Amino acid sequence: MEQFWSMLPQVVIDGLTLGFVYAVVALGYTMVYGILEFINFAHSEIFMFGAFVGAETLLFLQSAGVLNTMPALLALLVALIVGAVLSGFLGVAIERVAYRPLRNVGKLVPLISAIGVSFILQDVVRLVEGLWHNAFYVNYPTLFSQNLHLTKNVNVPVKTLIVIVTALGMMVALTAFVQKSRMGKALRAVAQDPTTASLMGVNVNGVISLTFFIGPALGGAAGVLFGMQYSLIHPYIGFILGLKAFTAAVFGGIGNIPGAMVGGVLLGLFETLGSAYLGMATGGVVGAEYKDVFAFVILIAVLIFKPSGLLGEVVRDKV
Amino acid sequence: MDKFKSMLTKPWMSYLVALLAMGGAALTVSVVPRSLFAFLFFIGSVLLVYYLPLSTKAKLFFVLIGTLVLMPIIGSFNLYYMNVATQVGIYVALALGLNIVVGFAGLLDLGYVAFYATGAYIYAIFASDQAGNFIHFAKFPLAGEWFWVFLPLSLLAAGITGILLGLPALRLRGDYLAIVTLGFGEIIRIIFNNLDKPVNITNGPKGITPIQPPALFGFTLNKPIYYYFIVMGIVFFVIFVTRRLEHSRIGRAWAAIREDEVAARAMGIPLLRTKLMAFAIGASFAGMMGVVFAAKQTFIDPSSFTFMESIGVLAMVILGGMGSIPGAIVGATAVVMLQSQVLKSFSEFLAQLRDSGILNIPTQLEPAKFERLVFGLILVVMMIFRPQGLIPAKRREMELLEEKADRPAKGEES
Repeated sequence: MEQFWSMLPQVVIDGLTLGFVYAVVALGYTMVYGILEFINFAHSEIFMFGAFVGAETLLFLQSAGVLNTMPALLALLVALIVGAVLSGFLGVAIERVAYRPLRNVGKLVPLISAIGVSFILQDVVRLVEGLWHNAFYVNYPTLFSQNLHLTKNVNVPVKTLIVIVTALGMMVALTAFVQKSRMGKALRAVAQDPTTASLMGVNVNGVISLTFFIGPALGGAAGVLFGMQYSLIHPYIGFILGLKAFTAAVFGGIGNIPGAMVGGVLLGLFETLGSAYLGMATGGVVGAEYKDVFAFVILIAVLIFKPSGLLGEVVRDKV
Repeated sequence: MDKFKSMLTKPWMSYLVALLAMGGAALTVSVVPRSLFAFLFFIGSVLLVYYLPLSTKAKLFFVLIGTLVLMPIIGSFNLYYMNVATQVGIYVALALGLNIVVGFAGLLDLGYVAFYATGAYIYAIFASDQAGNFIHFAKFPLAGEWFWVFLPLSLLAAGITGILLGLPALRLRGDYLAIVTLGFGEIIRIIFNNLDKPVNITNGPKGITPIQPPALFGFTLNKPIYYYFIVMGIVFFVIFVTRRLEHSRIGRAWAAIREDEVAARAMGIPLLRTKLMAFAIGASFAGMMGVVFAAKQTFIDPSSFTFMESIGVLAMVILGGMGSIPGAIVGATAVVMLQSQVLKSFSEFLAQLRDSGILNIPTQLEPAKFERLVFGLILVVMMIFRPQGLIPAKRREMELLEEKADRPAKGEES
């Protein structure tokens, strides 16, 4: 029991960090789903792409010799912006090539196309990294190595704080954009009813492209944060993380932006708590190796008992 | 094809074409060792027979001669073709099973390989000393004769697993189903990977070996040719069942659900039960093949049952044409050839170039390691340009083209 309490603060901080990464990735799923009722399966690979772009940016700065002289926050900002913008453009391009031609051909066809895109991205990144570095595992340059000692056994690395603060900042900015701006209003209108929105003079295709920019841009930025936090990245990091982020989006109520945030943070907390204490609770029978199962069990349970999620509304299928 | 058909005015012409094609293919295969194209020619000739205007009995005769007489004879002095044919056969059965779920009923199952794994592990655990770790009243491994018991047993077990998973998952909307099945596929793999404690059931990541080969009346069937016949037997069983199902009451119910769920419901089709049926039947085929896979490999571990494997089978179904039985066969053949032959020989070719110093390509860029890219391209390109597949099912083709025609003009929004 004592061990339980002494571990708890550290576990909660780890869980929150992971949760915020999930939450930012989940936003991409939820935004696209809210507008097109379509699971953007390739989103997890956009996240991975963003992580690689961020790493390459930092490595470039490093090889140019400016990384150590410039303030670490500025370097992170550059990596975040480059990662987000390139991921955003990638998202728009994928939508244009692989989804738009299939927009009204049922649900199965675009979903299969999205799965295909996700596989293509994994191997293309692997190919490019392989050609470039002769290895497809990339280590992030260390930006923030300091630690904050809160108590005797609670250490908070500065980078973790930065991940949480940046993720929070992005969420606030997104909420403000969707709720207050003119484009945000158009976005909400299209999510509600694309036909009526287009009759009201909203450029529906434009809004969809915008969604496919913002969602992937957030995903790419989350990739940069992920890389900074966990340092080692490879082309297959997106798959499981994407599934969990999707779980988070469903958990919070898919299509619902605050829901994705809440769902992501809760899922990260559950997962970390589970993998830390499950072994202790079951005497080592079921341990941290089941942490991936944990997320899926939550997904299945949510879908069965409350398919609308925590904050989502009950939506009936349109006939 | 139709033009060609109209040229065959007399029945004897069709017989002649069939004979020539099969004979020519068999000759090519037996003359050329280890040729991809010879094998494709062989499959092509079987397909040609399928399309000829012959009676079903005559077609069946030719196909049976080709697969059960010619191929084993050729294979007995050229093991290469025997192994390729067995490999293709295994995936044909898997693709046909998934075709029922994806093609007939229109449910996207991304965790299909979980059922394959279930079947494989059930046999592997009891046909090796693994089961001795938790069952003490019998002696393990079980004798090879038990293989024949485990075939129907794993068919049932996989079917039941399918129903258990389907019961919650099939209540959901279609696109959630894809994610849930994907998650389930991963869960099964993780569980098999970790079930070596507290009781060692699956031996964890180390895998299970040796697994008993099948036996019949005390005679051990552990040569490639026996596996070939076992696989072919299952493939014919699966084709038979699928063909009978396609136009049966339940098959038409699947088509109705796939085309319009709400309308199907209004016509009195019980949605959940009908979908569960598709799920369970598809799963049971995979379970049965899993037993053969475990017996043939004599070694299984969780890494044989990854998400990639599910996507590979899905790519076969998509490539051949959703809902099309000959399509699933062609798709499975094409993907297996691509995966195990084309990419590999391309890698070997590049390795030769590297060894002779002509071209320096890092080993990690070997084409054999880029299966994902190939599968991904198959999925995207087929969806955009030919969603009905290479050999479309008639009904499905009409559906897909109709949807395309219904699409509003460019720039407009639905």
